[in-house]
Amino acid sequence: MKTNSLDSLKTWAKSVRSDSEFRITILACAGTSCLSSESDLIIEMLQAKIDEHNLNGEVNLKKVGCLRFCGEGPIMFIEPDNITYVRVAIKDVDDIFTKHILEGTTITRLLYTSKKNELIESYENMNFFKKQFRIALRNVGDIDPRNIDEYVAQDGYKALGMSLLEKTPDEVIKIVKESGLRGRGGGGFPTGLKWAYTAAVKSDEKYVICNADEGDPGAFMDRSIIEGDPHSLIEAMTIAGYAIGANQGYIYIRAEYAISLEPLNIALNQAKEHGLLGENIFGTDFSFDIGIKLGAGAFVCGEETALIRSMEGHRGEPDKKPPYPSESGFRGKPTSVNNVETFVNVPAIILNGAEWFASFGTERSKGTKVFALAGNVKNIGLVEVPMGTTLREIIFDIGGGHPENKTIKAVQIGGPSGGVITEEYFDTPIDYDSLTAIGAMMGSGGLIVMDEDSDMVEIAKFYLDFTQDESCGKCTPCRIGTKRMFEILERLTNMEGEPADLERLETLGYNIKNTSLCGLGQTAPNPVLSTMKFFKEEYEAYAYRTKRTSYAIEGKKCIGCTKCARVCPVNCITGKVREIHTIDESACIACGACYDACPTQAILKP
Amino acid sequence: MKLIEKMITCNINGLKVDVEKGTTILQAAEKVGIHIPTLCHLDLHDIGIANQSANCRVCMVEDEARGALVPSCAELVSEGMKIQTDSMKAVMGRRTSLELLLSNHPQDCLTCVKNLDCELQSLAHEMNIKEIRYHGEKMSHPKDLTSKGIMKDSNKCIMCRRCVTMCDEVQTVGILSPLKRGFDVVVATAFHLDLGETSCTYCGQCVSVCPTAALAEMNDTPKIWRALNNKEKHVIVQVAPAVRVAIGEEFGYKAGEIKTGQVVSALKRLGFDSVFDTNFGADLTIIEEATELVHRIEQGGTLPMLTSCCPAWVQFIEHQFPELLDIPSSCKSPQQMVGALSKSYYAEKHGIDPKDIVMVSVMPCVAKKAEAAREELNKDGLADVDYVMTTREFSRMIKEAAIDFKKLPESPFDILLGEATGAAAIFGTTGGVIEAATRTAYEMITGKELKEVDFKQMRGFEGVREATVKIGDMSLKIGIAHELGNARKLLEAIRDGRNHFDVIEIMACPGGCIGGGGQPYHHGDINVLKKRQKALYDLDKSLPKRKSHENEMVLKLYDDFLTKPGSSKAHELLHTTYSAKQRI
Amino acid sequence: MRKEILDISQLDKSLLHELDAYIDSLKGDKQEQLIHVLHRAQELFGHLPYNVQLYVAHALKLSGAKVNGVVTFYSFFNEEPTGKYTISVCMGTACFVKGADKVLERILKLTKTKKNEMSEDGLFTIKDVRCIGACGLAPIVTVNDKVYGKVKVNEVDGILEKYRGDHHEN
Ligand SMILES: Cc1cc2nc3c(=O)[nH]c(=O)nc-3n(C[C@H](O)[C@H](O)[C@H](O)COP(=O)(O)O)c2cc1C
Ligand code: SF4
Ligand code: SF4
Ligand code: SF4
Ligand code: SF4
Ligand code: SF4
Ligand code: SF4
Ligand code: SF4
Ligand code: SF4
Ligand code: FES
Ligand code: FES
Ligand code: FES
Repeated sequence: MKTNSLDSLKTWAKSVRSDSEFRITILACAGTSCLSSESDLIIEMLQAKIDEHNLNGEVNLKKVGCLRFCGEGPIMFIEPDNITYVRVAIKDVDDIFTKHILEGTTITRLLYTSKKNELIESYENMNFFKKQFRIALRNVGDIDPRNIDEYVAQDGYKALGMSLLEKTPDEVIKIVKESGLRGRGGGGFPTGLKWAYTAAVKSDEKYVICNADEGDPGAFMDRSIIEGDPHSLIEAMTIAGYAIGANQGYIYIRAEYAISLEPLNIALNQAKEHGLLGENIFGTDFSFDIGIKLGAGAFVCGEETALIRSMEGHRGEPDKKPPYPSESGFRGKPTSVNNVETFVNVPAIILNGAEWFASFGTERSKGTKVFALAGNVKNIGLVEVPMGTTLREIIFDIGGGHPENKTIKAVQIGGPSGGVITEEYFDTPIDYDSLTAIGAMMGSGGLIVMDEDSDMVEIAKFYLDFTQDESCGKCTPCRIGTKRMFEILERLTNMEGEPADLERLETLGYNIKNTSLCGLGQTAPNPVLSTMKFFKEEYEAYAYRTKRTSYAIEGKKCIGCTKCARVCPVNCITGKVREIHTIDESACIACGACYDACPTQAILKP
Repeated sequence: MKLIEKMITCNINGLKVDVEKGTTILQAAEKVGIHIPTLCHLDLHDIGIANQSANCRVCMVEDEARGALVPSCAELVSEGMKIQTDSMKAVMGRRTSLELLLSNHPQDCLTCVKNLDCELQSLAHEMNIKEIRYHGEKMSHPKDLTSKGIMKDSNKCIMCRRCVTMCDEVQTVGILSPLKRGFDVVVATAFHLDLGETSCTYCGQCVSVCPTAALAEMNDTPKIWRALNNKEKHVIVQVAPAVRVAIGEEFGYKAGEIKTGQVVSALKRLGFDSVFDTNFGADLTIIEEATELVHRIEQGGTLPMLTSCCPAWVQFIEHQFPELLDIPSSCKSPQQMVGALSKSYYAEKHGIDPKDIVMVSVMPCVAKKAEAAREELNKDGLADVDYVMTTREFSRMIKEAAIDFKKLPESPFDILLGEATGAAAIFGTTGGVIEAATRTAYEMITGKELKEVDFKQMRGFEGVREATVKIGDMSLKIGIAHELGNARKLLEAIRDGRNHFDVIEIMACPGGCIGGGGQPYHHGDINVLKKRQKALYDLDKSLPKRKSHENEMVLKLYDDFLTKPGSSKAHELLHTTYSAKQRI
Repeated sequence: MRKEILDISQLDKSLLHELDAYIDSLKGDKQEQLIHVLHRAQELFGHLPYNVQLYVAHALKLSGAKVNGVVTFYSFFNEEPTGKYTISVCMGTACFVKGADKVLERILKLTKTKKNEMSEDGLFTIKDVRCIGACGLAPIVTVNDKVYGKVKVNEVDGILEKYRGDHHEN
């Protein structure tokens, strides 16, 4: 059972029956988005039919991780027919089985409709996938995460074997350094350097920690990796352990992701069974184990020192740095904390060489980056592109632009720590430094598209509400300062503000950034400061109280269809059939339902 | 060579500074006379106490190379570092932190117990805050005025966590913790229990480090005024050893000046009918305790015997080590002994109905307030001690009565319970009780005169100290601990059989009662405690009698009233019991 | 009153037994695993009332304040009982820009509750949660384990009615 050499790994890989040996292979997404549309039931029902007809020898139904196009889920790739089905529902199971699997006909109603109303059969021809290039997500969606054989067939654990059997720890670190890999958790710190620092500290115990807290609301890259390709993470952490001289690793995972634990635990057990984790890995005298620590709902625990405190059973309050975890981390021992996406790049780097990795990306940002594209954009999902791709390519080529062709006003990048980027900068090639230069930051990869209807002050308030709610409360500027900023924004949006509030926001924001103890407070004002920079007039409209807060009906456009009145949840629209309707502005909760319902665009936004 | 490697040169405001590696920017700046404001920072490293949470952010200075602000109290200097303490960025940052704190503060200084003794207030003055630009929701927690010792007003808390450091790390009692998060954070007891419902020992160390009025002693002065104004009542007061070496600080004297005579005069002027010395009780305690010890040694009773004159320590063992309740001495503390005798011996002598006596004490201690209220010490509705005021409350009464302390003459204590030896004086410092007890036990056991009364090995500020004293042909193994965390270590060693002692002295406060929770604020200056300690040893040295059993009034007390040490009358009046309590 | 809420003897013995077994099964430093113990305790008791917290404190030799400090820090732990149905409205960015705040507001209004409080009839507890990783279908509402995607404000009444109805049938 134990794998002791690269040769035995090779033999193992060859023995795995590949997808092409089946008549038909169905990659069915069981990622979280798709699961929420009952993809698990769909897969179960389909499998039952296959069982019923004894087709398991020729039909290969695989429950895989996120196929990236979550907005169109539940989604299925069918090979070798090269057909992609989207928005599959339970009622479609019979047809898929009978018409497609048995009869070989394509079900056109399940095909993707492009913006130009064309039906597209294969994902390869969808713009969403065209410009993508996968390193971190290389296996996600392709392999069954619960089956180690499939991972091994994709050269899994080969990088670990190469490292342990053929390289010294220093050589491993050197490769990672030369690859130019930088941390994907937000800070962009060179990974090889971090490992080198941790390796250099002498200690009887060291730790490798994987930061799987993924706190940025609206980002789900790390989750998709853990659910879709857990072995990559295990392999990478083990390589890291070897490189820095640690024998124990931990994955700190947020409590919201408790269901991701199942594939992860299966993978951990499988790796152990095969001698790829645990005692004497690959028959060497290097041993490494991985444990799981569960969070309990606190964004700040993504910050590495808070994460370590939380792992030790405390309140997740950050500690001052220095000392850095590489010197004194978990249990006071040297610790290297890396992000999920950072880790999974490592096996690919070892396999293909530092140069190969460094050939992607820009001067100072190598490789690819995964983004979670969401918001007011046609194609929603995971996007992995080489560094240096422009925002315009992501939003328009990959994302397909606005679903209703409204003007896209800005994208928010970097979540609650980040800022907005406006149209004029959409051609900036994305890398760590260019984003910092325009006042934004890479962050962890959340990319939210906002259209002309978005109220930037509301957006800023949303983020501030988040950060002040998630502040650990340890230090003054963040504990009280973010609250005060939020209160000012609330006053503004309630039409109770004053022009002096704008200055208050700015000085407060500036000083909170300068004086806060950890990255949360140091970046919390960014969404406000950056929206203030680009959309000052929206703030002024509130500060000078020239903005309306409720919806209203433009009389001359109203045809009296009553649709708006019927959808209004608070019944504040009155009017007789075929007569002009009116909105009671004092009762309107600005939900926007009437706006969506009106066939003549007679309703005015606030 | 080595030394040079350990030295670092940095630059602060253009001044070159050479410091050892491991020095903070704050310490380096101090070295060249540059002041940086601080608030959460607390450093008593001599006794292992430091609050290093670096969370208030009022000490921010600019690191020029990074152009970033760093907390000077926590950031270590590094070679070649250039620091600007007064750049615009730094000053603005510091001001903002303070303004934000104030925007969430009641600002009722005028009627605040901390008025003019408040670190937040003086900082606002020092940083020239004349306007608070930010306003919004403020904390609103109910005040906790239910406990016997400490009042808690969380609305005045600035979350500096000094109290948590004290209670959790130093005292290991763990009563206080930050609860919730973000703006809602509050430093509080578990489940917001009233302090009195927890295992709080009332050591008052949280109070003594709190920079604001979020934690303070309960104010018992109104009750004392009422008693003083009640013609029907005979009001007696006693003064603890550590008060006399600290009270001066409240009136502008340096720490460690001995003001015994002025204290007595002030109390007389306030209208107390008799002024007794708790030191008398201390001498008496020694005799009772030494008797108990000798008894335990001779009769094979439980050893070690633990001193029991510190009520915070008694609370601690009741809650945290209920299985060890047979080891503390059954002796009441000196305060309670003086109280019990005032209401019996003194009352009898003067023909006063004990019910008409009000017994007040002036203590360095918050726990003494709770001790006085203990059920065990309140038999038949007659308390040994009725009201306890801290040194600080006492100074406030003096000021309130418009007594000019500096001009007070010296007066002696009233005689019946007023005489005291040098042995009693050192009760106020860690190691003092045991040293005093040893002096007496020695002569009791050997029947020989002890020539060298100074036991230097029992003195100092070390958290846990051990000493072995030869008494005749036995050697007495002594353990000493101050701060409850150190006491815990000692107790665990005893419980687990890792160490053996015959007798142990424990004091809850750093340095003993000189560092009590009711003393004038030391504001983080360890020298204050050291000077008070020295004053007590000086006092001991200056007295003609330095052994408790030489106290003639004590001997007279036994002759007249108690018959002999350890008698049944002595037991009835001077001894007590303990009971196990729930740990929360 | 206070004594009662802290009274450990009020707790279900068999559940405590399970909790003890869990604590016994932990390897290494148990205090370090406080958060895992609390997760388990919440699973067993539904929420973390004071006496359960105190029990955990005693079991791990921690102070009550320490445990309470941890419980109140993390949003996953509930000190109060929760309703039969926990409705979580995702307030992640993707959901927010698709109007999740309006959905939440509507749900709170219809159930006459505040966030994190149980409705009077004991049916619902409403929480706002951060991204659950289903942003593709924003805005997302979950009721216990059931996920609703692309929820519109005017659909909320219907969703709630369904659970009210289920309840009446029981
Ligand atoms: C408030 C805050 C939240 C963070 N959240 C995360 C997170 O969810 N995931 C993550 O990998 N890093 C997060 N980080 C960054 C980590 O502190 C740390 O830099 C990172 O895990 C290091 O890994 P990397 O070098 O691979 O990026 C966060 C930082 C801050 C200040
Ligand atoms: S910046 Fe905010 S999150 Fe970070 S330590 Fe300060 S209060 Fe806590
Ligand atoms: S915005 Fe909503 S609440 Fe206001 S009128 Fe329209 S439907 Fe009614
Ligand atoms: S939906 Fe539009 S057209 Fe119809 S009644 Fe309302 S405002 Fe008038
Ligand atoms: S605590 Fe200090 S600042 Fe606050 S009211 Fe009292 S004296 Fe004033
Ligand atoms: S300092 Fe000012 S506020 Fe205070 S009492 Fe004097 S006048 Fe009044
Ligand atoms: S008085 Fe002592 S035991 Fe009580 S809370 Fe304060 S520090 Fe803790
Ligand atoms: S109570 Fe006092 S010492 Fe404790 S955190 Fe608040 S201000 Fe600081
Ligand atoms: S050491 Fe003294 S001041 Fe401190 S609690 Fe004990 S008796 Fe009181
Ligand atoms: S979860 Fe199915 S495509 Fe992303
Ligand atoms: S004194 Fe330095 S941060 Fe508070
Ligand atoms: S933001 Fe709501 S599911 Fe991601």
